[in-house]
Amino acid sequence: MSEFKKICKLEEIPQLGSRVVKCKNGNDIAIFRNAEDKVFALTDKCPHKGGPLSQGIVYGETVACPLHGWQIGLDTGEAAAPDVGCTNRHAVKVEGGEVYLEL
Amino acid sequence: MQKPKLVLIGNGMAGVRTLEELYKLKPDMYDVTVFGAEPHPNYNRILLSPVLAGEQTVQDIILNDLDWYAEHNITLHLNKKVVKIDRVNRKVIAEDGTEAPYDRLLLATGSNPFILPVPGKDLPGVITYRDIYDTEQMIEAAKVHKHAVVIGGGLLGLEAANGLMLRGMDVTVVHLGEWLLERQLDKTAGKLLQKSLEDRGLKFLLMKQTAELVAGESGRVASVKFKDGEAIPADLVVMAVGIRPNYELAESAGLHCNRGIVVNDTLQTFDPKIYAIGECVNHRGVAYGLVAPLFEMAKVAANHLASYGIGTYKGSILSTKLKVTGIDLFSAGNFMGGDDTEDIILSDPYGGVYKRLVVQGDKLVGACLYGDTADGAWYFKLIREGKAIHELRDRLMFGESEVGDTGHQGHNKAAAMADSDEVCGCNGITKGTIVQAIKEKGLFTVDDVKKCTKASGSCGSCKGLVEQILINTLGTSFQAAPKDKAICGCTDHGHEAIRKAIRDQHLTSIPDTMKALEWRTPNGCATCRPALNYYLISTWPKEAKDDPQSRFINERAHGNIQKDGTFSVIPQMKGGVTNSSELRRIADVADKYAIPMMKVTGGQRIDLLGVKKEDLVHVWADLGMNSGHAYGKSIRTVKTCVGSEFCRFGTQNSTQMGIDLETMLANMWSPHKVKLAVSGCPRNCAESGIKDVGVIGVDSGWEIYVAGNGGIKTEVAQFFVKVKTAEEVKEYSGAFLQLYREEGFYLERTVHYIHRVGLEYVKGKVVADEANRKALYERLLFSLEGLPDPWQARIDGAQKHEFKMLEVV
Ligand code: SRM
Ligand SMILES: Cc1cc2nc3c(=O)[nH]c(=O)nc-3n(C[C@H](O)[C@H](O)[C@H](O)COP(=O)(O)OP(=O)(O)OC[C@H]3O[C@@H](n4cnc5c(N)ncnc54)[C@H](O)[C@@H]3O)c2cc1C
Ligand code: SF4
Ligand code: FES
Repeated sequence: MSEFKKICKLEEIPQLGSRVVKCKNGNDIAIFRNAEDKVFALTDKCPHKGGPLSQGIVYGETVACPLHGWQIGLDTGEAAAPDVGCTNRHAVKVEGGEVYLEL
Repeated sequence: MQKPKLVLIGNGMAGVRTLEELYKLKPDMYDVTVFGAEPHPNYNRILLSPVLAGEQTVQDIILNDLDWYAEHNITLHLNKKVVKIDRVNRKVIAEDGTEAPYDRLLLATGSNPFILPVPGKDLPGVITYRDIYDTEQMIEAAKVHKHAVVIGGGLLGLEAANGLMLRGMDVTVVHLGEWLLERQLDKTAGKLLQKSLEDRGLKFLLMKQTAELVAGESGRVASVKFKDGEAIPADLVVMAVGIRPNYELAESAGLHCNRGIVVNDTLQTFDPKIYAIGECVNHRGVAYGLVAPLFEMAKVAANHLASYGIGTYKGSILSTKLKVTGIDLFSAGNFMGGDDTEDIILSDPYGGVYKRLVVQGDKLVGACLYGDTADGAWYFKLIREGKAIHELRDRLMFGESEVGDTGHQGHNKAAAMADSDEVCGCNGITKGTIVQAIKEKGLFTVDDVKKCTKASGSCGSCKGLVEQILINTLGTSFQAAPKDKAICGCTDHGHEAIRKAIRDQHLTSIPDTMKALEWRTPNGCATCRPALNYYLISTWPKEAKDDPQSRFINERAHGNIQKDGTFSVIPQMKGGVTNSSELRRIADVADKYAIPMMKVTGGQRIDLLGVKKEDLVHVWADLGMNSGHAYGKSIRTVKTCVGSEFCRFGTQNSTQMGIDLETMLANMWSPHKVKLAVSGCPRNCAESGIKDVGVIGVDSGWEIYVAGNGGIKTEVAQFFVKVKTAEEVKEYSGAFLQLYREEGFYLERTVHYIHRVGLEYVKGKVVADEANRKALYERLLFSLEGLPDPWQARIDGAQKHEFKMLEVV
């Protein structure tokens, strides 16, 4: 059964940056924080060739994959046209300055 | 004696240009009367697009102000439409009854926008795009309304759509054709254009036929309905579906018309006292819709009006550009080709470049360029001159610079042009005319040249070339203005303008810069942020703060990311020199962290590949070596050979020189990567000939070469200067690199920087000007002084979060 787990404090994720949550099944999750302090969580694998999205440059509600520059919507997990692909989203929320991720 | 009377109907671009040409030949021949239906003096209709886009004002685009008419004793009737030509009594009559007799009559009534005959075409909010009045209506509408629909995806429609979008409207372009600008571009280029306009926020509905414009409650247009039943909201509809020559007046006077006023090669109508020029005419079956042919016509008509009787107009080959800032496209001639033509095509959809050259037999007959139009003028010239191209053919695609001798970098495009070559295609102004005007009249600015010669006064696309000619002619050494393209979709500014604003306005942070330069996006994108970050830290060292979140991962984690997300570690090994204890530590680290691959790099050092990100800081600590910066837009390596200490041919201690340079440049960020090499003699074992800075020891000192590149396209470094001492090597190469750091565009390597500004310019700043060289060198040392080694900084705790993964609590 899935439940929200406390991950870290909001300030521990840099603005326009991310942190990686290690997962036992090997599918690490990237948590992003944008300039407006919105947080997003995606499986840390680019739909293109599996690049670590957590390592990309974040802007607006998008991250640019570090390997070949696909632009992935943080909110949707979808690659921006002309590329096509989608990565898994995860539920995430901030309460009392703490970030919770649904696992 | 009374002068003959000349009456001009149509106070527009073609008509007034004819008067100007006439005044050059015979200033006092006629008594001139001008009728204009618009309330404005003659203005540059082309520039209505920049006015709509908010880049210029109506005042800026006036070509001849009222004083000009007064100076030439012209009787001017503004806001008066001529409704009748009485050919028997040789006079014209305006709407309000004003009459004017003529001996010669010149018709230049232009054209009218075509209006789709659909229900609702007369509703309030439905307009065309032709004059100042229309433009002002659009500007007003954009203030209060949201949805604009532009019908027609041609040049005019796209410029209208772009302007309305920049004024904040939500704009949809409706187009009947399969792609945009189908009369100017082929399908591939049309699709590329559509993509970049979509990136800017325009919407397109292609292959859509408008059926009806539907009114809302207020009586103003509210939506556009299509043949297929679909409808979209519209508070403003701009019809830009084409133009129709305006010849009713001529036809009603009994002049022969056929989709335009029919004229011969001297621009005379069937009544020899009446001339006609501009968009209202049909010349050899063609009605033109661009200014270049009108200006050619004006010359011929003026010549005949002046009774010189020399010159005939034989028609024009046209070229086109779209005036949307930041978008480069160019087409000329028969770019669609046919059964008897062949295509040469270069297509780089990722880089946004597409070029198609159409060859017929031994001649270039058409060109369609998108993304990179630098050679447009040259192709256009080949097309017009019908030059045999068999000798150029295999290099044709790569442009003019590939065809000539490419050895002289200081010598840019303008310098390579012959005096008889055309610079301004709209006005037919040659380089010779411009150079002569600059010299004789003491001109200094592009504006001066524009006023004096008209070059760059129409569509403005030759401005850069005019600037280069100014620079070459004046012989001053200021920087030739490159095409300053927008750096990405977030802004309209190019690299040059951004660097300048950061310097002039003392901007020190990315948010401030974005605010000052009116960025369209809240925090840029992966293209502009790294560039801004570099410009800030290089312009304001020790003041602007580096922003790790605006750096590509390699520069944030200080290693090269690999395809599996691990990193490579390349420690600094100055000059390629190492020792047993370093090698031992490297070996131990490799064992301890189970490094999967070790390799000697092409840069004379050792690469440890496949290191996990969490291990990076520990690996660095255990190595106890500095970062080799093998991952950055930064100093990379200084390669050396063994030199005079061991080699039987060595003339200088190249190894030590390399070590000294690498020590001096440690931690240096730059527009792109920077590589150096030092060889001990001209045998050049360190390959100094293909480095950003290459140094070669000779018996009497050191030769310095710059702007070599061993990468994608190998470029041989060019001789820069010869010096005597090692200290001078540091000063000259340091000053050169600092100039590049201050002026280079982000991701532009030294070779491209020098291609842009010219080697002579750089020599002028570094070699010839001692004070400037010393100042540059000092600024370099100042910005490097006190910079920590990035690995050590992270061992000491900087950016901790970057290297630590989170665990679920
Ligand atoms: C490691 C090394 C290959 C090797 O095993 O020898 C290497 C590896 C890479 N090179 Fe290189 N280059 C290496 C020497 C060179 C050289 C030779 C030299 O420096 O003498 C050149 C030609 C010289 C030059 O730059 O002018 C070279 C020209 C390039 C280029 C083309 C640059 C250009 O302006 O045309 C790129 C692409 C780029 O930078 O955009 C590139 C890019 C790369 C990247 C960083 C590709 C990338 O973005 O991931 C490679 C990283 C591999 C990795 O995962 O770690 N590498 N690369 C060499 C490291 C040298 C060092 O010690 O720092
Ligand atoms: C927004 C826009 C952008 C353009 N961009 C470009 C471009 O980038 N490059 C390019 O080459 N071309 C461009 N053009 C086309 C260019 O402006 C025209 O080709 C050029 O203006 C035509 O000149 P003309 O003198 O024939 O007509 P006009 O400049 O239209 O002048 C005709 C004048 O005659 C007046 N008139 C008409 N009938 C009467 C009458 N009975 N009595 C009195 N006056 C009358 C009209 O009011 C008008 O002022 C553009 C046009 C527009 C509208
Ligand atoms: S040449 Fe350079 S960029 Fe290409 S695969 Fe080898 S290391 Fe990578
Ligand atoms: S793996 Fe992300 S763009 Fe290629």
